[in-house]
Amino acid sequence: MNQHIMSVTVRDKPGVLVRIAGLFARRGFNIESLSVAQSSRPGLSRTTFVISSQDESIEQVEKQLQKLIDVVKVIDHTESNYVDRELMLIKVRVDTPDDRVEIRQIAQDFRARIVDVAREGLVFEVTGDEGKLRAFIEQMRAFGIIELIRTGRIALTRSGSDAETKIDRAEAP
Amino acid sequence: MKGSTALLKALERQGVEVIFGHPGGAILPIYDALYDETLKHVLVRHEQAGAHAADAYYRASGKVGVVFATSGPGACNLVTGLATAHMDSSAVVAVTGNVPLPLIGTDAFQEADVYGITGPVTKHNYLIKDVNEIPQVVAEAFYIASTGRPGPVLIDIPKDVQLAEFTGSFDVEIELPGYKPTVAGHSGQIKKAAQAIRSAKKPIMMVGGGGQTGYEQVIEFAEKTGIPVITTLMGIGAYPSGASQALGMPGMHGTVTANRAITHCDLILGAGLRFDDRVTGKISRFAPNATIVHIDIDPAEISKLVKAHVPVVGDLREVLPRLGELVDWLEIEEWWQTLSEWKGRYPERFKQDKPLVSQEVIQMFREATGGDCVVTTEVGQHQMFAARLFPTNRPRTWITSGGLGTMGFGLPAAIGASFARPNEVVVCIAGDGSVQMNIQELATIFKHQLPIVIAICNNGMLGMVRQWQEMFSAQRYSEVYLADSNPDFAKLAEAYGIDGYNIFDRETAAEIVPQVLAKGKPAVMNFVVYESEKVFPMVPMGAGVDEMIIGDQEPEESPVESKKVKS
Repeated sequence: MNQHIMSVTVRDKPGVLVRIAGLFARRGFNIESLSVAQSSRPGLSRTTFVISSQDESIEQVEKQLQKLIDVVKVIDHTESNYVDRELMLIKVRVDTPDDRVEIRQIAQDFRARIVDVAREGLVFEVTGDEGKLRAFIEQMRAFGIIELIRTGRIALTRSGSDAETKIDRAEAP
Repeated sequence: MKGSTALLKALERQGVEVIFGHPGGAILPIYDALYDETLKHVLVRHEQAGAHAADAYYRASGKVGVVFATSGPGACNLVTGLATAHMDSSAVVAVTGNVPLPLIGTDAFQEADVYGITGPVTKHNYLIKDVNEIPQVVAEAFYIASTGRPGPVLIDIPKDVQLAEFTGSFDVEIELPGYKPTVAGHSGQIKKAAQAIRSAKKPIMMVGGGGQTGYEQVIEFAEKTGIPVITTLMGIGAYPSGASQALGMPGMHGTVTANRAITHCDLILGAGLRFDDRVTGKISRFAPNATIVHIDIDPAEISKLVKAHVPVVGDLREVLPRLGELVDWLEIEEWWQTLSEWKGRYPERFKQDKPLVSQEVIQMFREATGGDCVVTTEVGQHQMFAARLFPTNRPRTWITSGGLGTMGFGLPAAIGASFARPNEVVVCIAGDGSVQMNIQELATIFKHQLPIVIAICNNGMLGMVRQWQEMFSAQRYSEVYLADSNPDFAKLAEAYGIDGYNIFDRETAAEIVPQVLAKGKPAVMNFVVYESEKVFPMVPMGAGVDEMIIGDQEPEESPVESKKVKS
């Protein structure tokens, strides 16, 4: 499975996401996560797609994305050094006082914040890369996960790499 | 001024002279405004035909074609036409009416999600929500449609926006941060390309649809270097088909010479083409020994199917002259000897021992016109015969649906071409199957008395499908027989007020073709031809171009029956 994390800077207009999603779908890419928000420049949004495919090469999709009139910039982070983060809210069941202590201890190790406390459960906010979130989910499974939601990954190229200067040009105010 | 008038003014500012279209409820305000304007409108009988006509108008003139349609069914009928234009990189601006903004998304009468439906078959599309955006959107649409790699753009305008009072300005600036076509080729890449070409012993140049705009540069480069030239289906006319350096068309139904040249060459200079699967055949067998130099304005076409060793992104008109400066006359005598041998051995040939055949009908038209006319085609066997026997010698005079292969294209395309080139005869080479897909446009031809001659190669069959069924489906002819229910085409033409002829033998055909052409009037000529003719050579689906079946293109001394010949 080929996984790619891509930042796509787009004009903030209706219909743009449909075009991008359509390109991925046509070439057999599955969108694993997606996050969209305004960028530092008015009128432009920054989207982060995590996509995967069995065999398709990403290069053609990247070029097709560039062709879309409303797409300003495409970066495939997988090709360079990047930092990525994801935020998760997770509601964990608490059956006994002992559980409560143990859960809180684990949460502390993960630097997860408690955002809601109730007698039967706790809600944590966890931020990190994919590995950390997965590890936390595994730890909590033993106690019982009532519900969880993740924002999808966002990524930035590390300073000093080529791609970063290109983003700056596209997004500089 | 209302939005509808603002739209027409904005179109006028783009130099629009003719609009193809069909009115309806949601576009009524625009048609009402048209009543007061001098803009020429051609009423087609089906929106699909309008889109094809606008597409052909661009192909024949280089000026953006414009088509109007109403919401829902009208706009949906445009889709095939837009997809055709999209695949063949044709600059079309389509304007559709839509239901009023408050009704969008409510399943209103004649509502369809036109913006959503047309997204994948256009270069870009717009839904205008503010009347004052009209000039901006129109300017952008024309700019996007006609620059870079051309393509269709659709503008959807809700009825209430058409009716709203326009208070904006027509002075607009185009600012598209995500759209900057690369025109100038990279110097380093051009140098590399020149070096590769200079050191090649067996080079060929392959010209595609991009050559229709860059034909002067193509011819100049070919003349300066003496390089053999292959023109793809879309490139016909971009290089004179009769020139001594021309090797003809490549691919599935290409010439033996062109396909062998591809197999044996050591360099391909691809110019404005996209190495479509019908051109390449099996990719792994395509030009196995060649360095691929690929010039195209669309970076997404580079290495999409055929890996380019030397990619040059840019406009042919800019790149080829610079490349030409770095390359002199190529010393490739030996290569030319081989090519000439093939050309001599495999000229276009067909047998006349049967009843009238499509090939000779098409040849008669070529002889009668000297190739100095506009040719449009439908899609099928006749299209391939025409590509080989009736390729034109000038750019923008060969108009066919290449990428999408749209049956029903040729007849309305003839209308668009005729408006683009009013003083020229347009010959539409058609089959009895595809001509019926937009036959209603005979009314449009009659109304404007366009000098269009429609030559139907009528074998009473869906000939190309029949050929595949004969060759690859054990002669199980499934749903290809038309003869028992075809109309009397001459009578049909007459019913539309157009001269109609049914022709059954070669003597009559030879006599009547020049006569009808000389009239410069609309005519439908129905040639009843041999039903089982096949197009050869043929590269079967999934085979390499070196595995073509030469069939009846094999010289007399060899066995006549089809055989696989490894070249």
